[in-house]
Amino acid sequence: MGIADGLRQWLDERFGWHEIRAFIEHKTVPLHRYSYWYFLGGMTLFLFVIQVLTGILLLLYYRPSANEAYESVQYIMTQVRFGWLIRSIHSWSANLMVFTAAAHMFSVFFLKSYRKPRELTWLSGMLLLFLVLGFGFSGYLLPWNTLSVFATKVGTDIPGQIPVIGKWILVFLRGGEDVTGATLTRFFGFHVAVLPGIATLMIGLHLLLVQRFGMSVPPGVEEEWKTKPLEQREMRFFPNFLLRELMAWYVALAVLGGLAALKPWELGTKADLFASAPPGIRPEWYFMFMFQTLRMLPAKVGFIDGELLGVLCFGAAFLVWTLLPFFDPGRPGRLQRLITGIGFFALAYVAVMTMYAYVAK
Amino acid sequence: MCNRFKVLDGIITCSERALHSAARVALHAFVFVFSILLLTVPTLDAQTKNSCLDCHSKLDAPLGIEEEQFSSSIHAQKGMNCTICHGGDPSSDDMERAMSKASGFKGHIERAQIPSLCAKCHSDAAYMRGFDPLLRTDQFSEYQTSMHGKLLAKGDTHVAVCTDCHTMHNIRPPNDPESSVYPVNVAHTCAHCHADENYMKQYKIPINQFALYSTSVHHDALTVRGDLSAPTCSTCHGSHGASPPGVASVQNVCSTCHVFQGQLFNSGPHKDIFSAMGLPGCITCHSNHGIQHPTDAMIGTGKGAVCTNCHTEGDAGYTAAGTMHDELEKLNDAIHSSDEILSRAEKAGMEVGEAKLALAAAQDNLTKARVTIHSVRPEAVDQEIKAGLKVTDSTWQEGLSAMAELKYRREGLLVSIVAIVFVLIALGLFIRRMESGQTGVSKESRQ
Amino acid sequence: MNYQSTNVEASPKRRRFLEVFLGTGVMASLVSFLYPVLRYIIPPKTVELTADNVLAAHVGDLKPNTGKIFRFGSRPALLVLTSDGKYHAMSAICTHLGCTVEYRSDLRDVWCACHGGLYAVDGRNISGPPPRPLESYDVFLKADEIYVRRPGNA
Repeated sequence: MGIADGLRQWLDERFGWHEIRAFIEHKTVPLHRYSYWYFLGGMTLFLFVIQVLTGILLLLYYRPSANEAYESVQYIMTQVRFGWLIRSIHSWSANLMVFTAAAHMFSVFFLKSYRKPRELTWLSGMLLLFLVLGFGFSGYLLPWNTLSVFATKVGTDIPGQIPVIGKWILVFLRGGEDVTGATLTRFFGFHVAVLPGIATLMIGLHLLLVQRFGMSVPPGVEEEWKTKPLEQREMRFFPNFLLRELMAWYVALAVLGGLAALKPWELGTKADLFASAPPGIRPEWYFMFMFQTLRMLPAKVGFIDGELLGVLCFGAAFLVWTLLPFFDPGRPGRLQRLITGIGFFALAYVAVMTMYAYVAK
Repeated sequence: MCNRFKVLDGIITCSERALHSAARVALHAFVFVFSILLLTVPTLDAQTKNSCLDCHSKLDAPLGIEEEQFSSSIHAQKGMNCTICHGGDPSSDDMERAMSKASGFKGHIERAQIPSLCAKCHSDAAYMRGFDPLLRTDQFSEYQTSMHGKLLAKGDTHVAVCTDCHTMHNIRPPNDPESSVYPVNVAHTCAHCHADENYMKQYKIPINQFALYSTSVHHDALTVRGDLSAPTCSTCHGSHGASPPGVASVQNVCSTCHVFQGQLFNSGPHKDIFSAMGLPGCITCHSNHGIQHPTDAMIGTGKGAVCTNCHTEGDAGYTAAGTMHDELEKLNDAIHSSDEILSRAEKAGMEVGEAKLALAAAQDNLTKARVTIHSVRPEAVDQEIKAGLKVTDSTWQEGLSAMAELKYRREGLLVSIVAIVFVLIALGLFIRRMESGQTGVSKESRQ
Repeated sequence: MNYQSTNVEASPKRRRFLEVFLGTGVMASLVSFLYPVLRYIIPPKTVELTADNVLAAHVGDLKPNTGKIFRFGSRPALLVLTSDGKYHAMSAICTHLGCTVEYRSDLRDVWCACHGGLYAVDGRNISGPPPRPLESYDVFLKADEIYVRRPGNA
């Protein structure tokens, strides 16, 4: 009996290894013209793991106080061996992860994978998307440079507009009335403890649900396969699909390495809380479409404050979007086509607004 | 039915009568109150009545006065009116009464009389203390020592008197941006006469001062940068006691701000030589009105150098000038090289903020060296240059190591990319081989 | 390996070659990932960040009524010991046009050589072109060491 076999028997006697293995070998991935989209979920997970690993490494040197945060990042970038690499990978991977998470969401939407029985998978996924945005927003403040402090100020002003509870939300987020060192401490806590804890649970739930229900097949393909069952093809997840995912992950590593070495993340200038806001303050690209919308709204719409109306509309839109599976009738028809149409509109709106925000003054 | 109407009729008639009386009472009350108001209006106006302004604000030049302009002038703000200079009776609308001899009307003031008229109040310290205790009261005595004052005493009324600079009816304090003597406006005010060819024809002095000054660094500092401490005409020539400084004093005047340059000049050989030759310090090389931002080309023996105006090849000064120029150029080039390599490193993504800030110290040394040349002693200049070169040596090294680190990173990236490509190819082949040998890779029906 | 290879297409030598190829590739890539991480976790020589607290001088370096320029971060700063025995520290960058100021024992004030700007020892601009005071810093002593730090830093 070789070592591998001995290990397998040891695990089997305690954890039912052969049952686990049977389940893993059971899992298949449908093969059709949209199958490439299946990579996005795993890619997001991979990038999340990269974030956790580089994040832990950064924790070895980062200091979360207003006096030392900037200097500690500067130290990492200039003094720590390969510190520039770890930090730049962390920043770039964060942006890539937001992109893949959003792409994953839109692909799930257009391929209609959220239909019964996968509604909870969609909900947990939407929650994960919000968590990723929260990671991005809280992490952006941590280098404590001019851009991040003022972007945080603008960003936390927005939920402050919500009537009744807005003020409380603002004070809770900022750890006070203004953005100060207290905000930094709080955001650090969110970024390294609160959000990772919730995210781990959510990811666990999300993956569990995906395993439970298997991979969804888009409606069109489903129909085709019903009429021509011989056309249906499946690929074993382990090892075939996984090896392909591994290739995609290696490509992602190459991209991250290239970005870190050729376009390192900048340090900026240390934030001065007493200075006035420099021109051109704006949030990260994934918030730009909201930022641009709010900028374009008039000061007052009827009797309601323009910006408040924008915030409430976005809130309502996100809520509707999150609850979409419960609106979808599950069968083709006018309602389903309307939902798809709304999806195209949302995607186009986000894309156009994001690009416009960079061109507009 | 008839009864009801009768009562109604009664009520209406009664009401009509009552209303009628009430209306009459109201009307009477209204007229009474209105008349009282009408009568009081003239008395309300009596304190601020200024019949001078009432008429003269409607006239054209030269007798016309702009009411808004006068009322915002300093004298009006302090509650004074036309009579403080012109006399007369401002309470009367009758022209004869208002401008009568009896009311002390002086009318038009002769130019020669203006300074002493203003001095009546402005040289009275006790009187002026009641308005602004810190305001000087020696303007008239200063004026009498000035070129303008001296010529006026000889009977020349062409020269400037108080109102030429301060205006007649729009006098504002010098810190008011609309004042004709606000620092930014002073040169313009002087140029009114001094740049006018016709006006200055009888005097044998140049008229290009304002034109030259407008090209100068001082003008730029004042009007573009807004540095109100920058010099204008009155800073060097004096305001009330305006006179050209005189050859011997030019340097003292410049040294009030350019202290170091003055001290260094005095410590060097040029001081005695210049004064023996009757040459003024400073302006011999820098000119007086059209002072340009000095360049390194001004020192040395090349094109644009001022040293060769006196020095010729072979004399000690010529050699010294050449040495100093070369030193400045050496440090300047060193700073540029460091800056260039650090910028290149920064553009490529390296962190060189610290080194760039350290380079600023070398720039400081260069500035100090450029000041030290006023001593015309190459050894003194050399000291500063050496200190600067020490800094640039280390920043150059930092630039080199930043570029080396950049190279290292790119090589490291290449290595890992090669390894990754290796793996990708291997994985691809592995998958292909695995699947060609596998059964049941595809064609399994969904479970 | 848990795949079934029913037809052994490739020769044993080809198979071995591919396995070695893949194994080497994976090892090489893992080394290129792990090497930086291992170097990273070893702390660098300079353990402290660019110091908040700077050692400006030692007690006895300065005579009363004299000043000394020292490096604070990457900018020049001025440490003054006045005749009453008190230390004052401030930025040495003149707020007019950026020249480096100095302490004048004869004037008992801080002076800028470029255009004659004058500041008091607490940094206040009292005469000449400077539009703003010099940023003043906190001084504290530890044994015979004089430390300077930005005000408000604990």
